[in-house]
Amino acid sequence: MSNALMQTHDASTMAGLKTDQLFINLGPQHPSTHGVLRIGLTIEGEVIVKAVPDIGYLHRGTEKLSEVRNYHHCVVLTDRWDYVSAMPNNLVFCLAAEKLAGVKTTPRADALRVIMCEMNRIASHLLFFGTYGIDLGAYTPFLYAFREREMVLDLFEMLCGARLTYNYIRLGGVMVDASPEWLKRTSEFLEYFKPRLDEYDTLLTYNPIFMARTKGIGIVSAAEAKDWALSGPNLRGSGVNYDVRKFAPYSGYENYDFEVPLGKDGSCWDRYFCRVSEMRQSVRIVSQAIAKLPEGPFQASGFAKVPKPIAGESYANVEASRGDLGIYLASDGGISPYRMHVHAPSFINLAMLQDKLVGMKVSDVIALLGSIDIVLGEVDR
Amino acid sequence: MGMILEKLPGLTKGLPGGELLLTTSDYFIDLGRRQSMWPMTFGLACCAIEMMASYASRLDFDRMGVIPRASPRQADVMIVAGTVCKKMAEPILEIYHQMPEPRFVISMGSCANCGGPYYDSYSVVKGVDRIVPVDVYIAGCPPRPEALQYAVVKLQEKIAKMSLKKGLATSQQEKGSRDINA
Repeated sequence: MSNALMQTHDASTMAGLKTDQLFINLGPQHPSTHGVLRIGLTIEGEVIVKAVPDIGYLHRGTEKLSEVRNYHHCVVLTDRWDYVSAMPNNLVFCLAAEKLAGVKTTPRADALRVIMCEMNRIASHLLFFGTYGIDLGAYTPFLYAFREREMVLDLFEMLCGARLTYNYIRLGGVMVDASPEWLKRTSEFLEYFKPRLDEYDTLLTYNPIFMARTKGIGIVSAAEAKDWALSGPNLRGSGVNYDVRKFAPYSGYENYDFEVPLGKDGSCWDRYFCRVSEMRQSVRIVSQAIAKLPEGPFQASGFAKVPKPIAGESYANVEASRGDLGIYLASDGGISPYRMHVHAPSFINLAMLQDKLVGMKVSDVIALLGSIDIVLGEVDR
Repeated sequence: MGMILEKLPGLTKGLPGGELLLTTSDYFIDLGRRQSMWPMTFGLACCAIEMMASYASRLDFDRMGVIPRASPRQADVMIVAGTVCKKMAEPILEIYHQMPEPRFVISMGSCANCGGPYYDSYSVVKGVDRIVPVDVYIAGCPPRPEALQYAVVKLQEKIAKMSLKKGLATSQQEKGSRDINA
């Protein structure tokens, strides 16, 4: 390129130029949108002036379908909202239905539920770790993350026979009891997994290129995060200390000793780091739960084959891998819920995109989108 | 036999070492097609996670010549991994037509086969074969990654039977895609 041509592209001469606005369609088939999200971006030069997320490409009508299924059948539908971490979905529906029916679970069932939810949090955050690396151009962490994720899925498969959609947590308890062999293998996995977390830090967390792409990008202040009602690691990445497991403990979370990792300035890196730190805490919780697993039945009596709770309503929420997942159930005394509504964290976290993307560079869109870690199955339901 | 024999003098000159390979054009073309099937990365729902697992470290899809492409223009096979909703049906059809021929479709999981757990949902297309012709169906909700790899093997067997003279492998493929509203 000649010198004269290069000078015309100099920053000082570009400043006065007015460029046309251009509409870019991101998705619904795009490898970095983590599913079928579509974002209509209007850009001027390299800066985004308008962003319109378009959802609904995976709307399966779960809430409506639950009105024609009985309570046991509804648990199957819950698996497929947040398919990356399905255990908390099972749990939140069962908690709401148990409140409605007035059934109390056994201590062993509670401990097993906690073990499974935390193991699933590890599997889910590993998937985030791998795909976020791919989004920003690092393929290797994906292979490392899936090496460990397959081990977690093997453990799930050993216990309940499924790799992704478990239907393990049932009304009044769990599907099967954990054998001593399973508990031994899980403990072995935890011992194996702890040093791997340090390996991830050297691979990606403190990688200079990765830090340049994520530190100081997509900053969400604590006040903004509260205004948008974010939850989960997205909220804690901004430094707001809120975790359902601590503030409204369920299934005996108050008996375990763990910390809630917080970020500092709410950038993409902080949200990422919150998730990586949460895996360490999940390892702690699972180890404690295995060490003091109570004996007894794993399934409470009191649920009929076709349960018919008395008319009323109930609400339950849990800290799922993506945030505060809640379910509202209303019953009219029939065999199916009269109405089920899902308070889906991914859907609410996604809402900040339309404001937050404005003013960012095109190359940072994927960095922000990846860091809020949405699952479209939960957004659209 | 036609293709290679007609151009024999020119071909042998260009071959490194002057070695000669004699085969039928059908076998040669099918060999190339089936050993390097490039699927489009097209995850719709839960099955996409199992599709990712089959690309990852344990199962390593690359060893079968399956390398994901992000653009339909570079892809040979579309793996429909997940629930096809009515809003998504139109983009799927568009993407299918953007793929160069010959193109193949693998329907992965119960949702893409027939609607699966959403058989009575108002917003779900009951099977992707209502809009595009499907070559291989995989059962499961979601199917294991091994099942996806087995489907690719089955598709390879199908491609091996393709012939330039006879046209495409099956009569179903020649029908092409259908109108969404049909």
